[in-house]
Amino acid sequence: MNSIIRSTARCLRAGAWQYRTAQNNGELLSGWARLMCSSSAAQKTLEEMVKKDKVVVFIKGTPAQPMCGFSNAVVQILRMHGVDSYAAYNVLDDQDIREGIKTFSNWPTIPQVFFNGEFVGGCDILLQMHQSGDLVEELQKLGIRSALLDQEKESK
Amino acid sequence: MGPVETTIRAKLTQTLKPEHLEVINESHMHAVPAGSESHFRVLVVSPQFEGLSLLQRHRLVNETLREELSNCIHALAIQAKTPQQWSSNPSLAKSPPCMGGSKHDNTMAEKLKAGRD
Repeated sequence: MNSIIRSTARCLRAGAWQYRTAQNNGELLSGWARLMCSSSAAQKTLEEMVKKDKVVVFIKGTPAQPMCGFSNAVVQILRMHGVDSYAAYNVLDDQDIREGIKTFSNWPTIPQVFFNGEFVGGCDILLQMHQSGDLVEELQKLGIRSALLDQEKESK
Repeated sequence: MGPVETTIRAKLTQTLKPEHLEVINESHMHAVPAGSESHFRVLVVSPQFEGLSLLQRHRLVNETLREELSNCIHALAIQAKTPQQWSSNPSLAKSPPCMGGSKHDNTMAEKLKAGRD
């Protein structure tokens, strides 16, 4: 029953709900990470964060208001493909998450994109995947149908 | 050419032995003081990228510039191509417009200072 209610809410509020949940989770989880005072605990938390949702991004700002051109590019690409339900964590809100995620993925910059808990890359890689058509395929593997497929159908 | 750009060129050349290399200081496109060396775009064309995924290629570049990335480079846009890919599409990508994030970033002051020292 709960899952039906949750998925209805998700449909109604699309990206906003998921993003808001991620924001709340981000705050809760980062507070916990600080309390634990141990980097391995923080890394475990991040591991849970990236696995909790099919598509997870760490960006500067929010999907509604990105604060960085590269983060915005990630948001726009996902939007183009009709991916509206994903977790977005604003690293500007939390320095622990901002530094922790760089250690976690051994990647020095933001934005960072995860599919099914696996690190995909930053803005450049997502852009190239989008341009090459690989992104449509990768989303398909996640069970997400890219909106671009429907656009192609319409134009034919 | 500033010291950071010089270092980037030297390290990428030494490690990846590129057939073609472009290192562009894009700091002027961002909300940082004039003369900063904080935001870069690199295009590396190297046979060492053969058989490597995009992620593996980018990690190679990141690893080569690990020190600079932990000190003074705030943003690094990467294009990593094999010689064949470059010859079939010799184009430099463009960075998206800045959305002013660095203005609100209190870690920037340290990085800019590290770049100057």
